[in-house]
Amino acid sequence: MRNNGHNAARDENFQAGHPSGEMNIASVSKAYGVGPLRQPVLEDCSFTIESGKLTVLIGPSGCGKTTLIDILAGYEKADSGIVTIDGQPVKGPGRDRLVVFQETALFPWMTTFENVIYGPMVRKEMSRKDLESRAISLLEKVGLVDFKDKYPTQLSGGMQRRAELIRAMINNPKVMIMDEPFRGLDAMTRELMQEYYVRLFEENRATNLFVTSEIEEAIFLADQLLVMSYRPAKIREVIEIELPRPREFHMLTSKEYLNYKKEALEILHEEAMKAFASGSNVAAVDFLEAYSERQAASGQEGRDSFD
Amino acid sequence: MQPGVIKRNKPEMVDAQISSVGLVFYRTKLWFASPKPYLMVTGLLFFVATWYLLTEYLKVPRFEKLPGPAIVLKEWLSRDPIYGTSIYTPEYYVHIWKSFFRVLQAFVLATCLGVPLGLFMGWKKTFKDYTFPILETLRPIPMLAWVPLAILMWPGRELAIIYLTFLAAFFATTLNTLLGVESIDEVYFRAARCLGFKPRHIFFRVVVPGALPFIFTGLQISMGVAWFSLVAGEMLAGEYGLGYLIWNSFILVQYPVIVIAMITLGFIGWASSAAIRFVGSLLMKWKVREVV
Repeated sequence: MRNNGHNAARDENFQAGHPSGEMNIASVSKAYGVGPLRQPVLEDCSFTIESGKLTVLIGPSGCGKTTLIDILAGYEKADSGIVTIDGQPVKGPGRDRLVVFQETALFPWMTTFENVIYGPMVRKEMSRKDLESRAISLLEKVGLVDFKDKYPTQLSGGMQRRAELIRAMINNPKVMIMDEPFRGLDAMTRELMQEYYVRLFEENRATNLFVTSEIEEAIFLADQLLVMSYRPAKIREVIEIELPRPREFHMLTSKEYLNYKKEALEILHEEAMKAFASGSNVAAVDFLEAYSERQAASGQEGRDSFD
Repeated sequence: MQPGVIKRNKPEMVDAQISSVGLVFYRTKLWFASPKPYLMVTGLLFFVATWYLLTEYLKVPRFEKLPGPAIVLKEWLSRDPIYGTSIYTPEYYVHIWKSFFRVLQAFVLATCLGVPLGLFMGWKKTFKDYTFPILETLRPIPMLAWVPLAILMWPGRELAIIYLTFLAAFFATTLNTLLGVESIDEVYFRAARCLGFKPRHIFFRVVVPGALPFIFTGLQISMGVAWFSLVAGEMLAGEYGLGYLIWNSFILVQYPVIVIAMITLGFIGWASSAAIRFVGSLLMKWKVREVV
């Protein structure tokens, strides 16, 4: 179950012609502040985002996930260590690594359709006609084709997230980076979004990095689960999730799922305890509380479904 | 959940079919059905009644010298006005036109220079570091303090007045445009860079539209201060214009004309603000959440 087992079925599922990159992160460190104020956020962080896989990164709130993403995307420079994509070092933001942000980043002054096509349009890589038909087919896939001429403010939260998802997808990035994209959505919309997202992934099999602090979401989506430690953050554990694809919601009650969850929760709990012991972090207390509640609740659930 | 969720049913599109004329009509109907217009009229009547009572009827000390609404209205609507200014005298319109034209020239100039300057200051931090201290020092200087320099600088009164009006409008426009650019969330720039926008795309598709709401707030303020400095300028050095009319009528003891000119200024100021808001709403359709 752990890291070692390589998924042989991966290459068979992989659609030909799709650019899919592999990102390698080698001993990346990052600190903010200088002198006595120096706060190490990332320390010796190493992992691989494997080609054509959905890698999920999970860690306690405030552990430096967003910093890591900023480095992967190229917005920030690491203090030390190296990030490569298909062997090439990452120098700055580029469209081979598209980020879907925590908060909505659709341009409010463009319609949904304009938002989706504008990136490829200014790069002039496709003919206008191809681009438009591709945009329409993607919009159809996420049920937004009737809303293509609406402005983002006229869409619901879930619709905005879907629009953003395909705005990134239409660019065929080598790696899609999702920074807690479903945070702030209500539970039902969130579930729907996970469903949309996992379907889109299973159709394309592009390389995806999905960052979250929700354990259910993480296991439901992931091929490979990276569990981060608390600050200074590094990769604490790599768990290969071998639930079958396509993923269905009924798997959330399966025995394997619960085993994965238990494993991940134990590590996360330990990290949360560390954060708690370090004392000053209010977010860590919230985190611990939330997880203990959820653990109790899920234990209940587990019993119910096995009885 | 089933995979069928992905194919959703066509939602009914109700709001897309209304024509713009129909929309205006519908809005007007709604407006008349609401208490708003009636409250407005009541408020206005109350104001005029108080004015009438204070000046003409009760002749309260300190108010008794002021022209009352009846006298003003009579003069304003008279075919043969006692003091020579009413809606039937061509001079009245010459004053209005002169003032309006001056403001228009100053406002257009201020907008054409102020908006690009503000955008550029917001976009290029180095440029802002050069220019912002100067802007912040010049901006608080009251327009009246510029009067002597303006007269020294420009030949003739006309240009001096336009210059004063322009200055006031220019600072308001520039500052608000700058704030507008700075108000744009960093995430849009990040998204743009991610998507491979070139600098000119970032400028025209992120900076400009993102700053637009602030720019239009700035333009409304700029229009307000433009009228303010215009009247000040015309009082000091005018030959025509509403500010001149006010001051001249004061000297000639034609008090009702002062009030006529003041009310006229009020209406024109209101109309010019409304015009800017209208243009703004046309350019920023994306700000409108609901059609009705």
